[in-house]
Amino acid sequence: MSNKINIFSVKNFCFSLFVAVLTLLPAKTFAYEPIEEENNHDEVIDTVSAAKHAEGNSTAFNAGEMIIEHIGDSHQWHLWGDHGHAVHIPLPVILWTDKGLEIFSSSKVEHHEDIYEGTHYKYMLHNEHIEVVDNFGNVDEEATAKIKDFSITKNALTIIVSALIMLLIFIKVAKSYKRREGMAPKGLQSFMEPLILFIRDDVAKTSIGEKKYERYMPYLLTAFFFIFFNNLMGLIPIFPFGANLTGNISVCLVLAGITLVVTLISGNGHYWRHIFAMPGVPIPVLIILTPIELIGVVLRPFVLMIRLFANITAGHIIALAFFSLIFIFGEKSTGAGYGVSVVSIAFTVFMGFLELLVAFLQAYVFTLLSAIYIGAAVEEGHHEHEHHVEKGHEATHVIA
Amino acid sequence: MELVTPALGLMFWMFVTFAIIFLLLKKFAWKPILKMIKEREDSIDSAIQSAEKARQEMKELQAGNERILAEARAASDTLLKDARDAKDAIIAEAKTKAKSEADRLVAQARETINNEKLAAITELKNQVATLSIDIAEKILREQFSSDEKQKAHINNLMKEVTLN
Amino acid sequence: MLLEVPLAAGVAAIGAGVAALAAGLGIGRIGGSALESIARQPEAVNDIRSNMILAAALVEGAAFFAMVVALLVVLAK
Repeated sequence: MSNKINIFSVKNFCFSLFVAVLTLLPAKTFAYEPIEEENNHDEVIDTVSAAKHAEGNSTAFNAGEMIIEHIGDSHQWHLWGDHGHAVHIPLPVILWTDKGLEIFSSSKVEHHEDIYEGTHYKYMLHNEHIEVVDNFGNVDEEATAKIKDFSITKNALTIIVSALIMLLIFIKVAKSYKRREGMAPKGLQSFMEPLILFIRDDVAKTSIGEKKYERYMPYLLTAFFFIFFNNLMGLIPIFPFGANLTGNISVCLVLAGITLVVTLISGNGHYWRHIFAMPGVPIPVLIILTPIELIGVVLRPFVLMIRLFANITAGHIIALAFFSLIFIFGEKSTGAGYGVSVVSIAFTVFMGFLELLVAFLQAYVFTLLSAIYIGAAVEEGHHEHEHHVEKGHEATHVIA
Repeated sequence: MELVTPALGLMFWMFVTFAIIFLLLKKFAWKPILKMIKEREDSIDSAIQSAEKARQEMKELQAGNERILAEARAASDTLLKDARDAKDAIIAEAKTKAKSEADRLVAQARETINNEKLAAITELKNQVATLSIDIAEKILREQFSSDEKQKAHINNLMKEVTLN
Repeated sequence: MLLEVPLAAGVAAIGAGVAALAAGLGIGRIGGSALESIARQPEAVNDIRSNMILAAALVEGAAFFAMVVALLVVLAK
């Protein structure tokens, strides 16, 4: 704590807004600070007692904690209220331990001091981590490392909810296609059709090519709508929405991973030849080029993952940061809180509209880039011109 | 660190759920939807094409009609012209014929008249000659019916005849 | 003080800010050029749009790397 410097002594509201808008990350960084402070206590016990202590006497608003709580995953679904008076929906905790499966409700470990005695171990929830403890709350690191947490967390539940919503919507749309065969679209169908056509014509056909695009349409459509729906659902702050799902690194990792696997499976001889032995390149250069190309193969889905994660998380952080300002100023004086709330809400509404755009744009960009990577993998390479364009992209990728 | 560390459990649920909705949507939504859209596009395309074809045919038909009409008009025009020419020719021919006939008739008539006239004249001459002879006979008979008259006449004649 | 941050986090924040600034400049240039090309050749708007997004995504990728590095600095203990 001694290495702290005071970068911005912000009484200057405008400047903090400017910083928040200009750089997404600093907003996060500053907001994160109190957590940092708390986490500097190394022993868990210390933190637990500190948390108890905080719970006991603190009404102070902690913006960083609040934001991290909201954008992170959770074993229970927080509805309203805070700390002592919070209303949660408990979610099932599913643990795969070295001794067997363990399932219990998260309400059993809801509070910081709660120790649940399961069949195999005793558990405690600490910072959204299920940890194996002894009777006195001391963490058994060895046993903790062995348990695998497969809980239906807030985000896992959101995945299932969004999957159900998607199934409901698109099977309905498919039915209305069957019912109104050959007729103009209507209702929900007419809302979805432009999007489906957009993915087909502007994404799949142009990036993969007329001949091969059909095979990849189901994946592109599922990915696009999954991301798009979850981006939108993330903007609705009411249960069962509002989870920062597409801004979760695990979800983005799986999506990008699937794109990578699809690309690798679809890669034809032409694609692999260009990675391992670029035609017309002398062997000494190949020694340098091939590793770069190989890194590029993994790098591209990696950037895909980071992009989606960062964009959506940043959106959530900004919206929450604007709201936090109300309470930060409200703590200083009630009048300031009311005054700031006007500006905060105006900015949040503005950011909300921007996020609507981002919700679509990021889903589009993810799908487009996936389609382009797949398209590069299935390209036959007859056209010398396109070939060069592709090379250009590769080069830029490597730089990126 | 929590924020950027992938969680195994969530990845598992994400993968499982995504795989399930992918398969379900592929079978029950994307395939039928894309098929229907394609079919509809094809049908619209073919409808547009057939409409275009029909329009083309109509255009051709119209052009044909116009051509036939023009031809008919031209034919009727030629026909009328021919008829008019024929009429003119007939009239002209008739006129010539009539004229020549008339001329011939007139000439014939004139000749007949001449002949008749000549005959009449000859007849008249003959009659006049006969009559004259008759008259002369009568006169002579009258004059020489008595002797005194014969004498008187001879005297007259004698008187005329002067001895020179 | 409202915003008291550790030195490393502060420096990381500045780094991320610089990355965002640079990425903003880059994407701005891409967008500007794309608009110019669209104005010149409105018929090529689809090609230009997808290439623009691709290029912007690549620039963004660089910015995200900076951001991830900054995040790691902040979050790593």
